[in-house]
Amino acid sequence: MARTSSTTKDAQDLFRAIWSAYSATPTNLKIIDLYVAFAVFTALLQVVYMALVGTFPFNSFLSGVLSCVGTAVLAVCLRIQVNKENKEFKDLAPERAFADFVLCNLVLHLVIMNFLG
Amino acid sequence: MATTAVGAAFLLLLLLPFCISISQPISDSHRSAASNIFNEISPSLEDAYEALRVYEILTIEKKPIDTKGTCKKVLENLGSSSSPLKDVFYALKVNGVLKCKVDGAVFKDIASRLKATVHDASTLLDTYYSVGSLALIKGQASDVDVLLTDANGVFQSIKALSQTDGRWRYSSDNPESSTYAAGLALEALGGVISLASSEIDQSKVSIVRNGIVKLFDSVEKYDDGAFYFDEKSVKGSEHQGSLSTTSSVVRGVAAFVAVTSGKINLPGDIILGLAKFFLGIGIPGDAKDFFNQVESLSFFESNRISIPLILSLPETVHSLTKKSQLKVKVNTVLGSDAPLLTVKLVRAFSTGAKNSAIIENKELQYDQKSGFHFLDTLPENVDVGTYVFVLEIVLHDSESDKVYATGGQIHVPIYVTGVIKVGSAEIAVLDSDLGNVETYKTLDLAGNDVASLSANHLQKLRLSFQLETPHGRVFKPHQAILKLKHESKIEHIFLVGSTGKKFEITFDFLGLVEKLFYLSGKYDIELTVGDAVMENSFSRLLGHVELDLPEAPEKAARPPPPPVDPYSRYGPKAEINHIFRVPEKRPPQKLSLVFLGLILLPLIGFLVGLLRLGVNLKNFPGSTVPATFATLFHLGLAAVLLLYVLFWLKLDLFTTLKILGLLGAFTMFFGHRILSYLALTSSKLKSA
Repeated sequence: MARTSSTTKDAQDLFRAIWSAYSATPTNLKIIDLYVAFAVFTALLQVVYMALVGTFPFNSFLSGVLSCVGTAVLAVCLRIQVNKENKEFKDLAPERAFADFVLCNLVLHLVIMNFLG
Repeated sequence: MATTAVGAAFLLLLLLPFCISISQPISDSHRSAASNIFNEISPSLEDAYEALRVYEILTIEKKPIDTKGTCKKVLENLGSSSSPLKDVFYALKVNGVLKCKVDGAVFKDIASRLKATVHDASTLLDTYYSVGSLALIKGQASDVDVLLTDANGVFQSIKALSQTDGRWRYSSDNPESSTYAAGLALEALGGVISLASSEIDQSKVSIVRNGIVKLFDSVEKYDDGAFYFDEKSVKGSEHQGSLSTTSSVVRGVAAFVAVTSGKINLPGDIILGLAKFFLGIGIPGDAKDFFNQVESLSFFESNRISIPLILSLPETVHSLTKKSQLKVKVNTVLGSDAPLLTVKLVRAFSTGAKNSAIIENKELQYDQKSGFHFLDTLPENVDVGTYVFVLEIVLHDSESDKVYATGGQIHVPIYVTGVIKVGSAEIAVLDSDLGNVETYKTLDLAGNDVASLSANHLQKLRLSFQLETPHGRVFKPHQAILKLKHESKIEHIFLVGSTGKKFEITFDFLGLVEKLFYLSGKYDIELTVGDAVMENSFSRLLGHVELDLPEAPEKAARPPPPPVDPYSRYGPKAEINHIFRVPEKRPPQKLSLVFLGLILLPLIGFLVGLLRLGVNLKNFPGSTVPATFATLFHLGLAAVLLLYVLFWLKLDLFTTLKILGLLGAFTMFFGHRILSYLALTSSKLKSA
């Protein structure tokens, strides 16, 4: 019992440590994380819905899920480029990264809308 | 029943090409038809006159119309000074038949009015009606002075409208000439001659007479010898059919000839041909046609040119079995008796052999009581078949030759029929190799014998019979057909050939198995023997044969589908069922709405998260120009997203891309502006 509680405690400690470490991340990165989480949850909801009622109309389901997943992936890419600690993209201005993000999203959603049916 | 029907059909088929017209003179059938056609109350005096005239010619006692009412109408027309010429004309004509009580003073008034019209009439029709009316008054009221003082002048004015080909024009300003008008003009000229107070110049009359002969040059001919006139030009005036045109010419010529003394040289053939034309019409269904036909025929009954005699046969089918007589009747067109004459059978020949006559120069006997000329017995060499009899009318009195037109030699198709003896009919099943008779049955084809046989594919079936004419010769019918009919309605038809006296057909089933589609089972055997001259043509069931054929090999042809009933083509078609795709199963609407709500949850979570992170818009540029850029950039993005929604809802890809191109350029420009501004400020901050 004590052991279990200690394990729980350890886990709590671990999470707290992670959380405090994460708190140090800049706000703009947090916003992006939040956005990614939002997109992933929306996609999950659609998958659950599909599991409940079936795949028809399949193209609508695909476009819905891919829209979410695609935008999440793009957001992750944005996060990689905007992160200051990432030395690889040191020379890249975050504004440029944002512009890329916007453009890719627009193209992605044009395709999604076409596929939506 | 079937036998009769088959026989009748053959007869019809054969008769068609031989429709040489043997016209029947006017008979009682015309009289009964007349009372049907003219039984309705005629609205106009013209119709009334036509009905009255037809009844008069056909000597029907009853009057076709209400006499009192018609007389009243006649008096009204004659009394009024404004009634048109045509009505006066027909009123006088009706009066001629009905003898209404018309006052002498009325006649006098009309006569003076008509005389004035005659002199200044400009068209042929006006002259025709006024001269005709005057001539009618002359006949109805002898005390009225109707004589024309300037008859020569009137004659000349009518004559002026004539053409070189014998036809006439309706008026001097109408260049078209018409045959129908020629008839009217001749009738008017006849009227003028009868009304003339002094003698008409004979040279003028003979010119008109020559014109008539020229007019007859344009007469047209049918293949059967009927002559008729037809109107060539149809422009302008009302078109007249060949019946009314011919009728008009006949009426005109008859009226003209009746009042002149000279002889018109018209061949009797043409007169006979014209009579044939009118008789060939049969019984017209139209009152006008009926009148034209009957009135024209009445002119053929008695005229000074020539009177046609019509040879008619009550029947053209002569039965050898019934020993019927060949009867011929000769009448005038209206059915009255002809003068003393003999009908001669010049020759008779079979249609197959035109050159060899079977009868030559035989006179028909005359039966005073019935009025028939008849041929007592046909010679022995006339057997069943189709023949052409050439008849000729010989008048006893040589003087009547000039009065009557007989038409020379008349060709009449005659069908000699008889009962054909069907004998020696037998049906047998034989062994294929040796020809041994297995089963044998004689049949009485005239009776109702039915044979029941059975055979297999190694055997043969043989049917034979003989046909004999009443005179004992071999008879070959047009059709001798054997039909095998399987239970499944599949039929096979074979022609029965003849060798010498015998008709025989042999089925070698070994050779036929393929044709029979290897179908074993019961077959009906039907025999059809038919000919136009065979009185006992038949089509009957001979019996059944139970066939035992081998199994069909794999490659054998399949039997055809059973014949489709031709009448089913007009029946209702099978109903067409449209198959639609079954709609996919859709989830309940509630569930979908619940999930729509759930979708909002991550969004709310996202917004709440943003609030907790303390996001703000402090970085939004403060100064005017960048702020405008920023606003426009965001507006551009919103516009693009809105366009996407529209694309989903209604727009097509091409429209969307066009607009997207514009919006994209707009957004990119301002995006570039605002982002470079932001980058600049942040780098400034860094360096600071």
